[in-house]
Amino acid sequence: MRPLTYERATDPAAAVDLVAGNPRAAYLAGGTNLVDHLKLGVAAPDVLVDVSRLPLDDVEVLDDGGLRVGAAVRNSDLAAHPVVRRSYPVLAQALLAGASGQIRNAATTAGNLLQRTRCVYFQDVTTPCNKRDPGSGCSALEGFSRSHAVLGASDRCVATHPSDLAVALAALDATVVVLGPAGERRVPMADLHRLPGDEPERDTTLQHGDLVTAVEVPALPFARRSAYRKVRDRASYAFALVSVAAALDVEDGTVRDVRLALGGVAHKPWRASVAEERLRGGPATEEAFRAAATAELEAARPLPGNGFKVPLARSTITATLRDLAGGAR
Amino acid sequence: MTTLDVAPAVGSGLARVDGRAKVLGEATYAFEQDLPLPAYLHPLQSTVARGRVTEVDASEAEALDGVLLVLTHLNAPELADTGDGEYTILQSPGVAFRGQIIGAVVAETAEIARHAADLVRIGYEVHEHDTELREDHPDCYEPDKVNPGYPTDTEEGAVDRALADSAVVVDQRYTTPMEHNNPMEPHACVNVWEDGRRLTVYDSTQGPHGVRRTLAKVLGLDPADVRVVSPYVGGGFGSKGLPHAHNVLGALAAMSLPGRAVKLALTRQQMFALVGYRTPTRQRVALGATEDGRITAIVHEALEQTSRIKEFAEQTTVGTRSMYAADARRTTHRLVPLDVPVPSWMRAPGEAPGMFGLESAMDELADALGLDPVELRVRNDPERDPETGLPWSSRHLVECLRTGAERFGWDRRGLPGARREGRWLVGLGVAASTYPAYLMPGSVAQVEHTGDGAYAVRIGAADIGTGNRTVLTQVAADAMRVPVERVHVEIGDTALPMATVEGGSAGLASHGSAVVEAARRFREEHGESPAPGARTESSMAESPDAGQYAAHSYGAQYVEVRVDADTGEVRVPRMTGVFSCGRIVNPRTARSQFMGGMVWGLSMALHEHSVVDHRFGHVVNHDLAEYHVPVCADIGEIDVSWLDEEDLRANALGAKGIGEIGITGTAAAVASAVHNATGIRVRDLPITPDRLLR
Repeated sequence: MRPLTYERATDPAAAVDLVAGNPRAAYLAGGTNLVDHLKLGVAAPDVLVDVSRLPLDDVEVLDDGGLRVGAAVRNSDLAAHPVVRRSYPVLAQALLAGASGQIRNAATTAGNLLQRTRCVYFQDVTTPCNKRDPGSGCSALEGFSRSHAVLGASDRCVATHPSDLAVALAALDATVVVLGPAGERRVPMADLHRLPGDEPERDTTLQHGDLVTAVEVPALPFARRSAYRKVRDRASYAFALVSVAAALDVEDGTVRDVRLALGGVAHKPWRASVAEERLRGGPATEEAFRAAATAELEAARPLPGNGFKVPLARSTITATLRDLAGGAR
Repeated sequence: MTTLDVAPAVGSGLARVDGRAKVLGEATYAFEQDLPLPAYLHPLQSTVARGRVTEVDASEAEALDGVLLVLTHLNAPELADTGDGEYTILQSPGVAFRGQIIGAVVAETAEIARHAADLVRIGYEVHEHDTELREDHPDCYEPDKVNPGYPTDTEEGAVDRALADSAVVVDQRYTTPMEHNNPMEPHACVNVWEDGRRLTVYDSTQGPHGVRRTLAKVLGLDPADVRVVSPYVGGGFGSKGLPHAHNVLGALAAMSLPGRAVKLALTRQQMFALVGYRTPTRQRVALGATEDGRITAIVHEALEQTSRIKEFAEQTTVGTRSMYAADARRTTHRLVPLDVPVPSWMRAPGEAPGMFGLESAMDELADALGLDPVELRVRNDPERDPETGLPWSSRHLVECLRTGAERFGWDRRGLPGARREGRWLVGLGVAASTYPAYLMPGSVAQVEHTGDGAYAVRIGAADIGTGNRTVLTQVAADAMRVPVERVHVEIGDTALPMATVEGGSAGLASHGSAVVEAARRFREEHGESPAPGARTESSMAESPDAGQYAAHSYGAQYVEVRVDADTGEVRVPRMTGVFSCGRIVNPRTARSQFMGGMVWGLSMALHEHSVVDHRFGHVVNHDLAEYHVPVCADIGEIDVSWLDEEDLRANALGAKGIGEIGITGTAAAVASAVHNATGIRVRDLPITPDRLLR
């Protein structure tokens, strides 16, 4: 671990100034991911700018029923928020499915979204990794790929994004509020994370110095019937093998509307638009759910070590929608 | 029986005598020792699996403020004894496995040491390596013996013919993966040299005297000039049973910094290369039986790996030798030497992986016979030890099975795949447990009257969290015929008399037997009203029964699993373990140990798997985020009980070991339950959701 200086930002604009002006500066929020990376030599900034104590820790319920969640709101606090629990079960469940109690107490909303993709080789500086060391090669392609991507990967990188929260927010069409050197802008969740392509070192579309200040979740009345299902090797805490965030609006046995996103399968939260399209207006039956899942997964290209993710994703999507539809009757 | 003036302490649930200190954080572990002039060591590890170090550029590291020493094979002191390949570090540029210690940085702070270690540039001549255990490996060989001294192979009767002639045969392959011990407290040692020839080591170890013996030999010191202090230990699981290469590294580095306390705590990642692990096993188990379920032939063959620099031969099939009656039986072990770290003891070495194979095959045999698996085990319970022909000191496996069946509700078990509750497929499973009742000679206890009827009991043993300090207090109190408040047990220091390792589930039997004999002699020599300072030392008494009986512990494990019909996720809502281990000295700490063993077993069944990337040669899931062990939220209800007994033929205390039996057979019971839930047989651990997707 290299020596570094630590600074605490007094307000968001000052934080942006500190980081944007120094290519070797980085934001520190809960530190649950970054501090590991500092120790492992994966990240080596010269300056850490602590944004965890900025006044960005409110959950605001908007007039239209939507939410504005401050970037520094802790995962545990957001999960426990009564409106989140009542209006967006998928969000509360996703948060509680992530990490352990201790980590959720430290991790922030923005930090959770901006954690790096997960791969044992990325974390091990003695092995090649295109994300950590562009051009060095991808060790996972022919290596330990049990937890890796089956959708949208490239031959440069097959890592998966580990955030559960991000999957739920993707399903809910959330927007990220970003403060950059040029001012504030809004980035839809769908555009925040990116597929690896030729630049796996970039996990998101943000530029250096961009600071996430809030996440806005639009009102979605039918999200009261929503769920997050995370399949993992260990019940207590583990990264998702596959996860499904879903909200379902069913009337008279017909799907009026649906939101569906997958975790553990791609470099970003995977919005299952193909499946959504097929489901809207169709019957709310297990067969239809399975057919939609199958259609979504036609694009899957599993690796030698993670072929099980395709049938697992199919059956988890089907089961999650089935259980939501069952609740509708 | 001796008449006691006070209620016996043995059998009471005395709370841990060091519990309060641990909870309050007042118990100082090895790394936490408050010593003058601390310095901090960070090891350098090879990043190739086989080859030679050809270049060391430490200039950048050495230029860093606060760096005290960069140690490599170029400047390391010479070791006096290089007979053990694991301890022979920094004596040559050779690299025998990835992650091997090739140097160290010592600095004023741990952070500087770690940073400087990153700055040392190492060049290698890289040789081809081989880290993959394969059945057809050309270097496969038959070791001379298996741990800790058993014959490699046994054969009785015409096994192959008996198998061929059997009415019903199960002949299957089972595998267990490489697994790492992962105690909560990482391996840590602090080394302080005085006068260049006297060494004090604060170590996290299961056996301070063993560390002293090894370090004295390797460094060429008089053992009297080495003191090892190990007051508290945060778990060992076998990986602290022997010193490892980091102990030698700490001593070598500190040699150059006399008078300074050189502190070394391994990182979790380093522990995956340096402190032992369980070999992967490939097992063949073949069982032949008559139609009425009498076993006629048993074959258990194991293939394992070892390191090219040091042999460790796990005794995978030894448990099978004494488990069930059969006229014909063969057990074998073969090893493949690879460019891998040195395997060692881990949580019931031998019995843990071996009983997964044997007990899984028993479950399959019961299935093939259409017989209840409990009944199959009952029908094949041998009257004498099939291996030695000796009578049992005691064997109550059948009683454990019957008691467990009753407590667990075994009669609710249905056909495979028949029970569904909502999204869950529910299954029940069973397996038997066994572990040998080892008694290690050599421990010496000292009893001293410290005045006012209080006694110090001194023995250089360890307490790795098992409660050894507490149960020795109870044993000593009864042996001295005084209340426990009058006994102060001192352990964890080679300044105290010799004690064998706290391992092999033999701590209490070995250390307690010495305490009992020392107490008896003390009373004989000094009477009931001894003078202050009166003192007696003794090792355990010779037993007239020694070698006359086969002494083992037994148990029955019952497990309920729930398998998610959609995702294959396995949950274990309840487990029942019934054990027969002789006298239970402290029901409170014993329950905790049995339960801990069962949790290890669940962990082995569902989680633990060290994944080696053979291109690189090291374990790539080398942290606790990727290498899963269960935590509280993964454990359901665990019902632990034991038979009320004492086994005085096993040892003078009548108490057999309880530390490891809980893991044996457990994974087979989980696999049995998974089969009962789903109809799917999983013969390769761990049982992960992808194995059960339909």
